[in-house]
Amino acid sequence: MMLSEHDRKRVQQMLGGMVNPVRLVFFTQSLGCESCRPTRQILEALAPLSDKLSIDERNFVLDKEAVGRFGVERVPAIAVVAGEDDTGIRFYGAPAGYEFSALIDAIVAASIGQSGLSDASRTQLASVTSPVRIQVFVTPT
Amino acid sequence: MALENARISSAIVEANEYPDLIARYAIDAVPKIVINDRSEMLGAQPESAFVAQVVESAREAAPTPQEP
Repeated sequence: MMLSEHDRKRVQQMLGGMVNPVRLVFFTQSLGCESCRPTRQILEALAPLSDKLSIDERNFVLDKEAVGRFGVERVPAIAVVAGEDDTGIRFYGAPAGYEFSALIDAIVAASIGQSGLSDASRTQLASVTSPVRIQVFVTPT
Repeated sequence: MALENARISSAIVEANEYPDLIARYAIDAVPKIVINDRSEMLGAQPESAFVAQVVESAREAAPTPQEP
């Protein structure tokens, strides 16, 4: 994906809010994955925009250890890792359109360790003691 | 929410790329939120409603206490 100069500056400005390093673990495969290549292009465009952001590419077929560790079920997938901590945040499919801005927001939130939720929400969420798996289905527009 | 509690995971899924998921979760409009493969919410949600549903889903997922 080519970012326009305007978008590139805007994204760079948003990533300027990063504090701690964030690693995007990108799961891909060479065959039978149409959107893996565009996803790589998007990540390659993103990475140079912050020295706190890194991309860690893994082969979905060959790297079974990482696939299992991150619980990734399909490609392309991006796992957001803050420092050494898996945030539990995943993106499936090429992060274009809505997903792109959600990815930038997730990177910055993970980097500063703040969800941006209200105190009331944070208190409620702290009480959760069983696993919860949230899936949000979106389309690019 | 995933940042607030390690037991919570959150996936943003580009639905068009996964026809099998569109079928499995009967997605005919977006955004659609599916929690623990059980509860569903359609359309953008106010934060408080979304959080309440997550907490409720966690409660449902909790193991029921065993009778002595």
